[in-house]
Amino acid sequence: MHYERPGSIKDATRLLNGAKGSAYVLAGGSDLLVRMKGGFIEPDLVVDIKAIKGIGTIRKSSNGFTIGAAVPCAEMAESAALKKAWPGVVEAANLIGSKQIQGRCTIVGNLCNASPAADSVPALMAAEAKVAIAGPKGSRTIAVDKVVKAPGSTSLRKGEIVEAVLLDKRPLRSGDAYLRFIPRTEMDIAVVGAAVNLTLDKEGVVKSARVSLGAVAPTAILVRRAANAIIGTKLDGPALERLAEACSAACKPIDDKRGTIEFRKKVAGVLAGRAAKIAYKRAGGK
Amino acid sequence: MTAIAVSTTINGDDIEVLCQTEETLLDVLRDRLGLTGAKEGCGTGDCGACSVIVDGRLVCACLVLGAEAEGRRIETIEGMAKGDELHPLQSSFLEHAALQCGVCTPGFLIAAKDLLERNPDPSEEEIRFALAGNLCRCTGYDKIVRAVQDAATVMKGG
Repeated sequence: MHYERPGSIKDATRLLNGAKGSAYVLAGGSDLLVRMKGGFIEPDLVVDIKAIKGIGTIRKSSNGFTIGAAVPCAEMAESAALKKAWPGVVEAANLIGSKQIQGRCTIVGNLCNASPAADSVPALMAAEAKVAIAGPKGSRTIAVDKVVKAPGSTSLRKGEIVEAVLLDKRPLRSGDAYLRFIPRTEMDIAVVGAAVNLTLDKEGVVKSARVSLGAVAPTAILVRRAANAIIGTKLDGPALERLAEACSAACKPIDDKRGTIEFRKKVAGVLAGRAAKIAYKRAGGK
Repeated sequence: MTAIAVSTTINGDDIEVLCQTEETLLDVLRDRLGLTGAKEGCGTGDCGACSVIVDGRLVCACLVLGAEAEGRRIETIEGMAKGDELHPLQSSFLEHAALQCGVCTPGFLIAAKDLLERNPDPSEEEIRFALAGNLCRCTGYDKIVRAVQDAATVMKGG
């Protein structure tokens, strides 16, 4: 196995593009090393991206936030500005693994690992996040929803690297939240995850909303009908019922020992309702 | 197999070591440098027995490549006591009998040290959450939590 630590994104994409055999990006390594050790993959080349300038930082600009691909999730919790603007995204990223894993794992890695149960992905989809991708043929920016194609599979082309996650600046009176169900209190994989992001008008009526679910389909899903159920409301009882019903109906879950289909569908609706209430409160709604 | 030369700092000492690219930081510490305090429990980042601190971040050494240690500052259990003087956490673990077989202990001590440096006055719940990435199959955790609580009091000067 060759190990490379390029200093620029250009060198990194060139190395990946020119690789003969299997090549992998290494940032936090909390998925990659486990797969290597388990014998699931045998990389010919590992490209450690952590020495690339700027890739290990969270930047705030007039447009919003840029979270570099090598930023450990623990660092997201330490950014007061990010936590204030996007509490749901940060709480989802901080649910991944233990303190030890938090010190290494990245939100971009969570996305590109393409697990159906990735905690940060529904939160990013609800937040309408984008990713900046660098590649041998130049850069492109795409919506987070377009990255994961199927379990373990992404739309990234040969030589491409996700450089950063981009989160927009928040309109006034906005809030987001992420909740997951696991059978323990910590350190487990989501049986169901639900994220809600919304913006209120001056009267506290939901003006816009996005609802996303994880672990209930081959990829995280955006549920527009659930968002429509709460737009124009103050999250009254019937609106929350319609939200829950739309979420349950959108699920196409697997049936396994961790949760039956019936259970996952039911819990998706319950969690989305609870997440909506938290997001509403964070947006300043009463 | 490809060998790679790595320059790093471990417990304040500048170290040069040659390792294979596939080797983890844990392999390098234990098998190349004889620092056997960090233990291999699961090897997949679940048990925390190999906890070390890299550039101020608590991590599992089993999920870091040795090559990644280049230019980094690494702290291991071997650097926790100052000469013969135990760290307050180490004394507290002894006093509370917060260990039996001892395999998880170096990891717990490093993780607890990281916690108390970030949060000198944690609640019991915060301690339990912070140490959730460290598994102990002997003690049932209670003595460990008490030991960390006591060490926190000592370190605050109480």
